[in-house]
Amino acid sequence: MLVEPEPPVPSERPSEVRLGRATFLGVTAVGLSSLVWGRSAWETAARVFPNAFGDALPPPTSGWRIYTVAATMPDLDPKTFRLELAGEIERPLSLSLADLRSLPRARQVSDFECVTGWKVEDVRWEGVRLGDVLEPAGVRPAGRALAFVSAEEPYLDSLTLDQALLQDTMLAWDMDGRPLTRPHGSPLRLVVPQMYGYKSVKWVRRIVVTPEPVLGYWEQRGYDTDAWIGRSNGA
Amino acid sequence: MTAIAYVRRFSLTERALHWIHASAFLVLLASGLVLYLPSLATAVGRRPLVKEVHVVTALLWAVALVAVVAAGDRRGLRRTLRELDRFDEDDGRWLRGGRTPQGRFNAGQKLNAALTAAFALLFAVSGLLLWLGERDTRFRWDSTLVLHDVLTLLSLGLLCGHLYLAVIHPSTRHALRGMTLGSVREDWAREHHAKWASRDFRDS
Repeated sequence: MLVEPEPPVPSERPSEVRLGRATFLGVTAVGLSSLVWGRSAWETAARVFPNAFGDALPPPTSGWRIYTVAATMPDLDPKTFRLELAGEIERPLSLSLADLRSLPRARQVSDFECVTGWKVEDVRWEGVRLGDVLEPAGVRPAGRALAFVSAEEPYLDSLTLDQALLQDTMLAWDMDGRPLTRPHGSPLRLVVPQMYGYKSVKWVRRIVVTPEPVLGYWEQRGYDTDAWIGRSNGA
Repeated sequence: MTAIAYVRRFSLTERALHWIHASAFLVLLASGLVLYLPSLATAVGRRPLVKEVHVVTALLWAVALVAVVAAGDRRGLRRTLRELDRFDEDDGRWLRGGRTPQGRFNAGQKLNAALTAAFALLFAVSGLLLWLGERDTRFRWDSTLVLHDVLTLLSLGLLCGHLYLAVIHPSTRHALRGMTLGSVREDWAREHHAKWASRDFRDS
């Protein structure tokens, strides 16, 4: 037997409060306004309670996120890895990791900031400066920019020569004292701390010297070519 | 021996809305966690596909909800909204831990509905901003991700509580029958939703 109850008779009882609507509107208003204050509030909270989240869950504004564009993440063997140098250079080069390690060593601690709003502070990088990599290849006068081609096709990005020679731009193979892991671009990635993370190409396997910066993967989709932190992309 | 009596608790429209929301939420949660957690992102890969699933599901969710509201029992929905909105003294005492008689929705269910609706709206707004921000930098604000992620964590908490009460907790899980088949046992309704049961059942 199925009973079909009658619809409730709407009655206006003075003791009733419209808590449902108030909850909905209140939470919505707080949430929408957080689009203005959310990140600074979270950063304050993170300073007050430093380890509230541990390592398992990345808090919204810090901790690495792994962004990829291809169907599968490149899985390169460091032993057979070669970095190719081509374009406007006197001598095209093909360098193994051992070749790179024989160059002057670069170490730095820098922040890594993503344009989507998260940031990892004080990352320790080890690798080489681009000037030391390019020097043996001999950049021709026509070469004014570098394109960094990732093994993750079709990802690439570019820097002007000046940007590539900034004192904190580097090619890194170690992160926080350990060899780069696959999600972070093993075995070799670009690190450009003064720009948003999409310039720091992972799985770099080819550097092409060009007369002009070529449009990178995200720049073809509207992002700024010069991704200076705090000065581009409205961030 | 009399047959067990059942009473209608949820209309087809209400159930359709619930299950559209529930299934879309689970797909969005699963794909969203793959996009969010580095360990899952690495294990699953295929980020562009997962992103596509996430975005298309969100779109289908919105379209399906609008379609059901447009084609469904709108008058009934308005009555339901009214029930969800209003809290009386019994609801107040129930929220403070008293076992007062409840209507078709108890006070916790009313709050859950309000929070779920607010979260859904905020998810939609922040998700749309994330999508737009990838196409036009003017829409890229650095707090959008915080909102979307905090909502994920809060919704997970809400979902766990909801699933526990609807599927596991022995005295409340009969409610699941109401949301699947539409009706619940009359004796259960009298015990858990006394005001609704006593007011509405004419022939019992």
